Amino acid sequence: MNADFPVALILILGAALVPLLRGGLRTVYMALLPLASFVWLLALPQGEFAQLQLFGQSLVLMRVDRLSLIFGYIFLIASLLNVIYAQHVEDTVQHVASLVYAGSAIGAVFAGDLMTLFVYWELTAISSVLLIWARRRESAFRAGMRYLLVQLLSGMFLLVGGLLHWYATGSLEFGQIGLSGAGGVLILIAFGIKCAFPFLHNWLQDAYPEATPTGAVVLSAFTTKLGIYALARAYPGTEMLIWVGTVMAAFPIFFAVIENDLRRVLAYSMNNQIGFMVVGIGIGSELAINGAVAHAFADILFKALLFMSMGAVLLRAGTVKGSELGGLYKSMPWTTGFCLVGAASISAFPLFSGFVTKSMIMSAAAGEGLQLTWLVLLFASAGVFHHAGIKIPYFAFFSHDSGIRCEEAPRNMLLAMAITAALCIGIGVFPRTLYSLLPYAVAYEPYTASHVLAQLQLLIFSALAFSVLMRTGIYPPELRSINIDSDWFYRKAGPLAARSIATAWKHLLAGGSEVLSAQAAEFGDSFARHRQPDGLLVRSWPTRSMAMWVMVMLLAYLLVYYLGK
Amino acid sequence: MSEPKDYWLDHSENVTKLFKGLWAVGLALLSIDLFLHRHEEFGFATWFGFYGIFGFFACVVLVLVAKKLRVVLMRPEDYYER
Repeated sequence: MNADFPVALILILGAALVPLLRGGLRTVYMALLPLASFVWLLALPQGEFAQLQLFGQSLVLMRVDRLSLIFGYIFLIASLLNVIYAQHVEDTVQHVASLVYAGSAIGAVFAGDLMTLFVYWELTAISSVLLIWARRRESAFRAGMRYLLVQLLSGMFLLVGGLLHWYATGSLEFGQIGLSGAGGVLILIAFGIKCAFPFLHNWLQDAYPEATPTGAVVLSAFTTKLGIYALARAYPGTEMLIWVGTVMAAFPIFFAVIENDLRRVLAYSMNNQIGFMVVGIGIGSELAINGAVAHAFADILFKALLFMSMGAVLLRAGTVKGSELGGLYKSMPWTTGFCLVGAASISAFPLFSGFVTKSMIMSAAAGEGLQLTWLVLLFASAGVFHHAGIKIPYFAFFSHDSGIRCEEAPRNMLLAMAITAALCIGIGVFPRTLYSLLPYAVAYEPYTASHVLAQLQLLIFSALAFSVLMRTGIYPPELRSINIDSDWFYRKAGPLAARSIATAWKHLLAGGSEVLSAQAAEFGDSFARHRQPDGLLVRSWPTRSMAMWVMVMLLAYLLVYYLGK
Repeated sequence: MSEPKDYWLDHSENVTKLFKGLWAVGLALLSIDLFLHRHEEFGFATWFGFYGIFGFFACVVLVLVAKKLRVVLMRPEDYYER
């Protein structure tokens, strides 16, 4: 075998053949792609391969080390599960998009330089939006457009940040970057958008619930976790991230409690779980980084499982709104069971995956004496059980009987859920296997009497709080509604402001045409001035400022496009 | 699907049984605190029933605050289409 072959191409190029195949053959072929890639990864030696020379820089398409390998493994596992889960889907676009999306995420993980990272970064954005548009309805199209704009914006920050970083350091290497230069700050913003940092987060809650039932499962695995990988690679030990992560873990749970769309509830809980990982990366100790990576691994599985169960509900019952559902355990007992496994895993019940991964981050925070962060994370742990562990299964499958009687999920969906559930329990029961794959050696022991007892007390009393609030009628009912979030600024306030400025402008024009012609003459003069030798428009500009201006122009374009709609 | 099937959870007395059972489990877990000394980094976490009480009140506060937030945040479903 040749270590210089970029493993991402197996999925990306392999996807090209999918439209030619049908039925069982297509499924087998699609399942073979991630399997073959996985075997390829297992056989790879560590080191840097597939190096190209470009602009006097060496680009590294394959950097194989423990950090990139573990993300490669989990992305391929997720990709295989997605193939099984979406086997019944006829729509070829979704199959191709899923494979290219997974492939580009893997390409980004193995990228050893910022340019290669950028190319794959953009490819994940472009391929993944198809999973939203594949819903083929107006609201999904618009949400997809917003999603794409935000993702491309992230790419732009990465590009400009990367160029500035290159200019400052003379190297494009994608290693520890830090916040010392302007490039580092812009790259952090790029990663922050993918990780859905507070105020950069809303694309996630906006777009994922609009995706197809199977598409949301695919989306949940890659984009944000790629952000986490990039953050762990470039900004470990950046103290600011501790605070960003702490806020991230806490604020989404308030939104999750009052959200009616259960897939949107899951999107909020993604934010909350990513918050834990960001804290881990911010702390930066070996235990903390291990915890962040392990939790990303576990999160991809349990979040996929929860999205799978909600996807099955959406497919069979036609809705995932808490206000319309209830009593589905009678029609979909298997889906209910798998959802409960996902719920127990995200809530970190002993013997389920979250218990052995999240606690590493908690323990690292306590070890560093970060009392406030630890308390907020503990609050967030109770909160996640409340909204993802209880609310999701309760309102979908139990609660008052909505009268909906439907079929159980298709067999391929059940199979995918069964495998994912088995993995969630497997990690919880045998954590050493996962621990052995982590970037650093693990001395941490999750199953101590103190830890098990503390976690059970926390969870059982959280459940009691839910039951008491439910039985006393204090718990807020699920209502047909939406909640405004930071997207309000660009979806409501921005367009409103643009419209009123346009109206004011029209009034001004109606009354002031003479003033305007004088201004036009003035503009002509200054234009001529700037075109003289050494004038503003003729002078040669350094690349750095050009890159900045290109970004400003693109940003302005995005804004105008947005407000113009 | 045979519709008039009788489900155990459909009877409210059974739900009450579950509720009481949950309290029993919770109190049993709490009582272990009396004789097991938990190892903790922070002193306050070793207090009797710290995690149980924290979990309970965290969730109550979470729900009450979120409920209040609805006043500010909640909009009709077609809010952005108007």
